[in-house]
Formats: sequence, structure tokens, C-alpha cells
Amino acid sequence: MADTTGTATPETLASHGEDGVRRRDFINIAAVSFAGVGAVAVVLPLVSQMAPSADVLAESSTEIDVSSIEAGQAIKAVFRKQPLFVRRLTPAEIAEADSVAVSSLRDPETLAERTKEGHLDMLVTMGVCTHLGCVPLGAAEGENRGEFGGYFCPCHGSHYDTAARIRKGPAPANLVVPDYEFTSDTVIRVG
Amino acid sequence: MSFPWASQYEPKNGLTKFLDEKLPLPRLVYGAIGAGYPVPRNLSYMWNFGVLAGFCLVLQIVTGVVLAMHYAPNALVAFGTTEHIMRDVNWGWMMRYAHANGASFFFIVVYLHIFRGFFYSSYKAPREMIWLLGVVIFLLMMATAFMGYVLPWGQMSFWGAKVITGLFGAIPVVGEPIQVWLLGGFAPDNAALNRFFSLHFLLPFVIAGVVILHIWALHIPGSSNPTGVEIKTEADTVPFHPYYTAKDGFGLGVFLLLYCAMLFFLPNYLGHPDNYIEANPLSTPAHIVPEWYFWPFYAILRAFTVDFFFIPAKLMGVLAMFAAILVWFFLPWLDKSPVRSGHYRPMFRKFFWFGLIPTMAVLFYCGGAPAEEPFVMLSQLATAYYFLHFLVILPLVSSIEKPEPLPYSITEAVLGSDKKAVLGENTTPAV
Ligand code: HEM
Ligand code: FES
Repeated sequence: MADTTGTATPETLASHGEDGVRRRDFINIAAVSFAGVGAVAVVLPLVSQMAPSADVLAESSTEIDVSSIEAGQAIKAVFRKQPLFVRRLTPAEIAEADSVAVSSLRDPETLAERTKEGHLDMLVTMGVCTHLGCVPLGAAEGENRGEFGGYFCPCHGSHYDTAARIRKGPAPANLVVPDYEFTSDTVIRVG
Repeated sequence: MSFPWASQYEPKNGLTKFLDEKLPLPRLVYGAIGAGYPVPRNLSYMWNFGVLAGFCLVLQIVTGVVLAMHYAPNALVAFGTTEHIMRDVNWGWMMRYAHANGASFFFIVVYLHIFRGFFYSSYKAPREMIWLLGVVIFLLMMATAFMGYVLPWGQMSFWGAKVITGLFGAIPVVGEPIQVWLLGGFAPDNAALNRFFSLHFLLPFVIAGVVILHIWALHIPGSSNPTGVEIKTEADTVPFHPYYTAKDGFGLGVFLLLYCAMLFFLPNYLGHPDNYIEANPLSTPAHIVPEWYFWPFYAILRAFTVDFFFIPAKLMGVLAMFAAILVWFFLPWLDKSPVRSGHYRPMFRKFFWFGLIPTMAVLFYCGGAPAEEPFVMLSQLATAYYFLHFLVILPLVSSIEKPEPLPYSITEAVLGSDKKAVLGENTTPAV
């Protein structure tokens, strides 16, 4: 390549203008920019192919009939291939959840904020511990429900209360309430 | 290679002459691991582990390619094809055990190789690049082994993948999208398994590439040695072949004895019984632990249980775990002592044997233990010491320590005197 800093000789003047700018600079910049845009255009699909595919996203909403769940019972359903807990709370469990001073909680939320209006007894949460993702116990009959009567994660000992709020142990947050709605009085659609 | 007395390759017959002109591969081998590579005469068995690690890489590639002929990376059948390898494929059980235990032995060898580096400060100038490339290889190995362990699609495979990719969820704001992107879904499933297989197949070859750079960088200054004194004259060296091909060959024999003992008599000792249960996204095993070679880092991850100012505990754990390895990248500049070998550094030596080694042992033990007291507290203490050692103790020791006198040369260290040096003969300095 031509010397771009040396003194002007007739030879260098041919490729450098008086001001030191070469006529070829433009073509260099244009070519590199064009190749750069091309490279980005190639990287985009390469990155995006890793994201969930259409069929995985298609599985991402689930309908559940909750009419058969008795007070005090819970079922385990599957939402986005992850466990989902649907629990019908007893009046005692609701009272217990409401009796806690919300400001004293690690992740302050009331039971009402975690349920849908008019369905204070329907607690729908992911069955995924917010610590490192284990499935907590307590949804099935006879499982350990922890010191606060909700769910208990055996992996590193996280205790959740009757509103599935974190009360003790390493988990940073309450069990996640997914997006869902009541499509009728007895059916919910999650996702 | 860079020593003037290195013997030169001479092609002897028509074929080797032809090759030497067209593609001097025999010349390259001769100069790299043959008689044309002068090596310090005093290398101990701690210098065997590089060659052994290379052997392990080849072992993993050979057994891995064989497994890939019978395995199918699909969540519906992956567990089944792994059992098919174990029960139906001729010698399949041996190939799988060889690969699984090969991974463990690969890590044993590499850990010893790294700790050799720590003790003899092999990372110091002029060998910084060798060390940096080594840390890159170690990171690639960890990624490879993690993804390999997911492939049999047992309970530990699944929950290991879930917990480890869940670490990314700790990163604020972008964490969850990253996790979903890595998995190609909301939890480990077919998409994740399939891409892990693809990458698990690819990465060992990337490792092989970095190993070539690692050895290329090594051949510029040549190997260090237990005294840490650089080569001065030809008397300090012997040719790699036959001296170290023989010594490495003996080491390989010992390695193979231990490896085969494990492979044929205790093939599942280092594994987890839970991984013979097919992955079940709805039920977590009671005690999730990674493979043993990740334990020290897993202990650091779990050592953080309370929020640190505004940083949540979970994120702190993740950052600390990565920092625990990344700090190795800075080692050449943290340890400023001009003396390399721990044998001549009284203070460093004490911190090495009574500080770093017990700390690693505690972290190792706690990483495999349940996350209960006293293990959590022990992990916390050990984690604190670990970072203290690299970031504070090493720089401090290197500035206050008075090293013991070094031998004049490798030859003097070996023979008690370096006659040639005294007589002023053959003292052309190495270039
Ligand atoms: C750096 C080198 C490698 C390491 C550290 C490594 C590690 C591992 C580990 C820990 C497993 C799980 C073993 C088990 O529990 O069953 C595994 C499985 C597997 N690996 Fe590798 N591997 C390496 C190279 C390769 C290569 C080069 C291939 C293919 C070309 C390969 C193919 C496979 C296959 C098909 C499986 C699943 C079958 C099984 O689980 O036994 N590996 N690998
Ligand atoms: S994953 Fe639930 S406590 Fe750790």
C-alpha cells in the first residue's frame, strides 16, 4: 500500500490529494462498511435461530379446568414444560396469608395482588423455586409444606407460605405468578 | 527450537527429502517433540501432565466420535440411546465408561497441570501467553464437560442444565431473555439438548486448536523447570527425544493403570445414580450436585447467601464463581516476585501449602456437600481466603519476601557444580 504519511513526491501526489486524503479512501470506507452491514445481516439469523422456535412458543399457553380442585387441594399442571401449581386455599390459609405484615416480607406482595379479583382462593403459581429452579414440595398430598404451610423446596431449604411467598431460605423472590386469566368461572388460560 | 545448539533435522532418504521440500511436517515434529527440541535436564514428574492432557483430549475425541455413532440427541430418545449403548452396542458399555471416566481423568490431569503452574509460577514472564491460553483451554473444557453431561438426559443431566443455565437468570434485566435464548425454550428440552450435542461435538476441536497455540507459545521460551532458573548453556538441556519421550511414556503407563482400574472396576464411582433415571421436568432429585470437577466453583457459587449492598446474593454467587477463574488471567501481573520456583520462596511456599491447598480442599468438599451448616459457613471462609490469596497475599508476599539463594544454573542444581560455567566454556547465552 502507498505510504500515507511521507512527503509529497510526484508519485504519492497521484494517490494522495494535496490534503493527504487519498481518492481510494472513499472506496475503502465504502467497501468495509458494506462488508460490515453484510456481516451483521449474517449474524442476526445466526443469533436468532437459538431463540425458542415457533412450535415451542405454540406450546406456551395452557388451559386448565380448576373446578375439580377442592379447598385445601392443589394440582400440578405443565406450562411451557415447567410445573405449574394450582391450589384452592382454605379460609384458614387465606386468613393466615392476610395476617402477615406485608412490609416484613422479603418480596412484599399481598395475597390479593397474587390472585385474580373474585378468586382470592385460587392461587396459581409456577412450581419453580426462585432460587435455582428446583420443584418445591407441597402440591401433592402428604408432601412436606414447610414451616409456613405453603411449599417447601428441599434443594437448599426455601420455605414458602400459604400465598407461596418466600419466608425463609435462600430464594430471593416469591413463586412466580404467571400471566393467566379466567376464561370462564372454572377454566383458566395460562400464558 | 530457539536454542543455537538444537540439533537440526536432516532428511535421510528420498521420501523424507521429498516431504521436507513440499511440506516439512517431519521437520516440525522433530523440532517440536523430537531430538531437535532441547529441554531442561531436570524436569520432574510434575512436567508430565501436559502430555497426559493431550492424551486425554485424543482419548475423549476417539471415544466421543464412537459414542456419537450410536447416540441420538433428541429428548424423546436420548436416554434410551444411552442405555442402548450400554446394553446392546458391542463394547458400547466400555466406550461410554471410557468417555465418562476419561472426562474425570482429563480434569485430574489438568488440575495437577494448573497447580504445577501455581507452585512453580510457570505463568511468569516470558511464559504469560502460555498461561493465558491454558486458562482459555480450561474454560472451554468446563463448557464441554458441562454440555456432555447433559447428553445422557438423566435426572442429573436435566437438573444440572436447569440450575447452571438458571445462573444466567441472576443477571439483572437481560438475564432471563439470555437464559431462554441459550435453552431455546423456557426450560431444558429438545432444543437445548440438540444444541448442546452440536457444541459438545465442536468444542473439543476448538480446544485442540487452542492447544496448538499453547504449545507454539511454549516453544518460544521453552519449558521452565523445578529451579525456575532459565537455561544458560547446552549442559542445562537434553533433547526431548529420547529423554522426555521416555519419561512421558512411563508417566502415560502409570496414568493408564489408574485409569483402567477405575474404568473396569469402579466405572460409576464418580457418577451419580440419579443419572440412570430419565429426565423428569416435574420432579427434582433430592440432592443436586454437579460432577466432582466443578465442586470448588459450585461451593463459591453457593457461598453467597445474603444480599451485598444492592447486589442480590444470587448474582453475587454467579459473579464470584466466574471471577474465581478469571482471576487466573491476571496472575502473571499479580505475583511480582522475580523468583519463579516455590522451592526458593519460603513465604510463598507456606501460603501455598497451608493456605491455597487447604482452601481448595475445603471448597472441593463443600461443593459436593448439601447446602447446610457447617458447609455454607466453611465455603464462605474458604471463598474469602481464595480471593484474598490471589488478590492480596500474592502481591504482598512478592514484595516483602526474601527469596533463598538460587543456583547459578540448572546444571549446578543437578550436579552440585557447573564446571563449564566456572571454566567459562560453552557459555553462549541462550537466545
Ligand atoms: C474435551 C473433551 C471432552 C470432554 C471433557 C467430554 C465430556 C463428556 C461427559 C462428561 C459426558 C457425559 C458422560 C456420561 O455421564 O455418560 C459426555 C458424553 C458424550 N460425549 Fe463427550 N467429552 C469430550 C469430547 C467429546 C467428543 C469429541 C465427542 C464427539 C465427537 C463427544 C461425544 C459425546 C457423546 C455422544 C456423549 C453422550 C453419550 C454418553 O453420555 O456417554 N465428546 N462427554
Ligand atoms: S432451588 Fe429451591 S432452595 Fe435452592
